[in-house]
Amino acid sequence: MAGGVVEKPADPAAGGDVYRPLAVNYINKFKGIGNWLITLDHKRIGIMYLGAVTFALLLGGLFAILLRTELLFPGTAANPEVIASNDWYNKFFTLHGAVMVFLFIIPGIPASMGNFILPMQLGAKDLALPRVNLMSLWLYWIGTVFFIGVLVLGGLDTGWTLYPPYSSGRDVQLTLIFAYTAVFILGFSSILTGLNFIVTMHKLRPPGMGMYDMPLFLWALYATSLIQVLATPVIGITLGLSIVEHLFKIGIFLPEYGGDPVMYQHFFWFYSHPAVYIMVLPAMGVQSEIIATFSRKHVFGYKAIAWSSIAIAAIGFIVWGHHMFVSGQSPTAGIIFSFLTFLVAIPSAIKVFNWVATLYKGSIDLKTPMIYGLNFIYLFGVGGLTGLFLASTANNVHLHDTYFVIAHFHMVMVGSVLNAFLGGVHLWWPKMTGRMYSEFWGRIAAIFVFLGFNLAFMPQFVAGTRGMPRRYANYLDEFTIFHQLSTIGAYLLGLGVVIQVTYLIHSLFKGKQAPPNPWGASSLEWQSDSPPDHHNFTAKPIVMGPYDYENWEYVSENRGWVLKREVVETRKTLAKADH
Amino acid sequence: MSTATDNHASQTLPARPKELAMHFDNLHQQFHSGKLGMWLFLGQELLFFCGLFTAYAVYRGNHQDLFHYCHWFLDWKLGAVNTVVLLVSSLTAAWSVRCAQLEQRTGLLITLALTFICAGAFMVVKYFEYTHKLHIGATWGGSFSVATEDLPAQLLERYPDMTGEKLKTMGAGTFFAIYFCMTGLHGIHVLVGMGIYIWLFIRALKGHFNRRYYGAVDNVALYWHIVDIIWIFLFPMLYLIG
Ligand code: HEM
Ligand SMILES: [Cu+2]
Repeated sequence: MAGGVVEKPADPAAGGDVYRPLAVNYINKFKGIGNWLITLDHKRIGIMYLGAVTFALLLGGLFAILLRTELLFPGTAANPEVIASNDWYNKFFTLHGAVMVFLFIIPGIPASMGNFILPMQLGAKDLALPRVNLMSLWLYWIGTVFFIGVLVLGGLDTGWTLYPPYSSGRDVQLTLIFAYTAVFILGFSSILTGLNFIVTMHKLRPPGMGMYDMPLFLWALYATSLIQVLATPVIGITLGLSIVEHLFKIGIFLPEYGGDPVMYQHFFWFYSHPAVYIMVLPAMGVQSEIIATFSRKHVFGYKAIAWSSIAIAAIGFIVWGHHMFVSGQSPTAGIIFSFLTFLVAIPSAIKVFNWVATLYKGSIDLKTPMIYGLNFIYLFGVGGLTGLFLASTANNVHLHDTYFVIAHFHMVMVGSVLNAFLGGVHLWWPKMTGRMYSEFWGRIAAIFVFLGFNLAFMPQFVAGTRGMPRRYANYLDEFTIFHQLSTIGAYLLGLGVVIQVTYLIHSLFKGKQAPPNPWGASSLEWQSDSPPDHHNFTAKPIVMGPYDYENWEYVSENRGWVLKREVVETRKTLAKADH
Repeated sequence: MSTATDNHASQTLPARPKELAMHFDNLHQQFHSGKLGMWLFLGQELLFFCGLFTAYAVYRGNHQDLFHYCHWFLDWKLGAVNTVVLLVSSLTAAWSVRCAQLEQRTGLLITLALTFICAGAFMVVKYFEYTHKLHIGATWGGSFSVATEDLPAQLLERYPDMTGEKLKTMGAGTFFAIYFCMTGLHGIHVLVGMGIYIWLFIRALKGHFNRRYYGAVDNVALYWHIVDIIWIFLFPMLYLIG
């Protein structure tokens, strides 16, 4: 990299205005594709995951654009097609949902940024179980291949939930079996990641770092991992049974063989509701880091945020019935599930309040990640509150399976999770690649995403309350305006993402060299080089609080933020005294 | 602070043992990481089976009579034999851990082999049970069709006018779907365990394990115990409760 200078100043606080990156880092240490494919380095695995989930995001996005385009005009009885037949429309929304959920949003943040950042935030050299980590990546790829098989063999039209009876009443359908297999395998990839994270956080914390000294991102990943390990096996067995019942024609869920389709829904949501917290908890973790870093203020309510993650994970296990209020489940069960669902809003709100309190009197720096951070607060607010509308049983009868539900979960999944994903990518991009992205284009794209997103989904709330059902290729004329606004919004959102991919790739070649700590953040990964060494740190990082921003001082654009000399000195003396 | 403890460690510990992976500080940390990982995996296994146990509970609740009639198809004596076999294998598995800790190489090889043999014996009995059921047509779903003379004697004794046709219309196929899914999945776990025990045996032959490094033997034994425990539940639920 820059100039090929090997040495770096021993004392990070010394040295002039130039930052000299490592000549040999994790990227160029070993060469060749073969080396990447069997690497045990968590950073390389994280990067490969990042590439893979981004590919999934773009693929899922393509289907979204197609289905929104179909909805641009109402379609008439004589001419129902705008761009595609009704059959293809069904396939579009199924593939959109399935790709986005299983390939992008569930592995998204933990497998990419979690993999890369988690060991570094602990000052560790790797995850505790590197081989398990590699296996998880390979399982992800195998799962993806099965999904691509679904595409190649002509798609699937059951909706992403793969419910029977949509998925039954026909001969064995290869694409369906492929989809079940894909999700089954991806589930194990997810379990292995979660298991590895828990072990790493328990066993590889450095001396001097208790659980409460971990960055909140790690608490969020911890809660996520608990869900991954405990909920995912249930979808595994559900889909495993589904495969078996299709192949051997036995009735577990399939009604035509005497099975119980509602039991499938129970099993499915027993996983898939917790799974929405697999999606959103890591996003909340990224969010906590972004908000604190760019307010330059110790995060407000550390323990409250940490424990609310655990509370969300725990309560998340007992609310699945809110997806089934109209499935014929007993009213008593409905009332209990409704109550429990209200409960889950409390820890969610605790987080939002704490972020807002962190902003209060902070010195806010509107860098690109922070714009995503602010988007998140607002969009998660809307998404979470509309969840409560849906959680009250009487409302739900009216709103179930309408665009209101669509808008609700896109507010949380796209509004929150995609925002945090993009925010996290920008936050850690300098660390991962050693390059700065263009701040100007970053902000432009962030604003596109925000505006496009709101335009795409706010009208859907209105359309939903007026009775527009989900999953229809055509609609009554009165809904035209909502659908058209929504489609334009989707295009804007897509444009924002395309701009991003462009300038991020551009920065890889033309971007400025990033300093080790461009933001003045205080968790341990910022004490490594950009990009880091193969073993993460060339010298043991100084363990300190993740939000002790006062330990850092700004030197210059090239050097970024460095640890204050007195901090380094005190630590050295302390270490000697201890000895 | 961190540097202090580290200096300390480097003084008391000899050079890095060859079994120590690069990202761990010492074998103790490595051992316990593996172990925690295994416990989490076992938690995952339990929930994986939970889906089947729930399905069992639901169908049992909905078809009490069917489960009553059909449990006579399963020979409790064979089930009991298999239970004993598995319990013995759990003993030898635990014993192998002790041998590894004490560096008793022959003992380790013998106990590993015994565990493997018991697992094999279990599968042999399973094989006979399965083939008998396939032979008389006591199979899953719509394929269930058992001639009345093939019905279990105990069933006919109590319900002399029971016929194979009646059972079929009552949905006996569902019982056997559950039976084959549960014991089949368990059987797959046994087979996987047998594979891993071969691997352990080879490593033990090569002398890989010692008193500071025996995590693999320990963790596989843990896995083996869970496979055993699941059977301990399957046996009464399927064979004994009428
Ligand atoms: C305050 C928290 C939340 C509450 C109270 C809540 C409540 C609900 C309810 C009651 C439904 C069922 C609507 C229906 O189908 O009739 C629902 C659907 C959904 N929610 Fe949420 N939710 C919350 C947060 C989240 C989060 C954080 C996510 C994802 C990151 C999410 C994702 C979804 C999805 C994907 C669906 C619909 C799935 C489908 O039917 O295809 N929700 N939510
Ligand atoms: Cu839910």
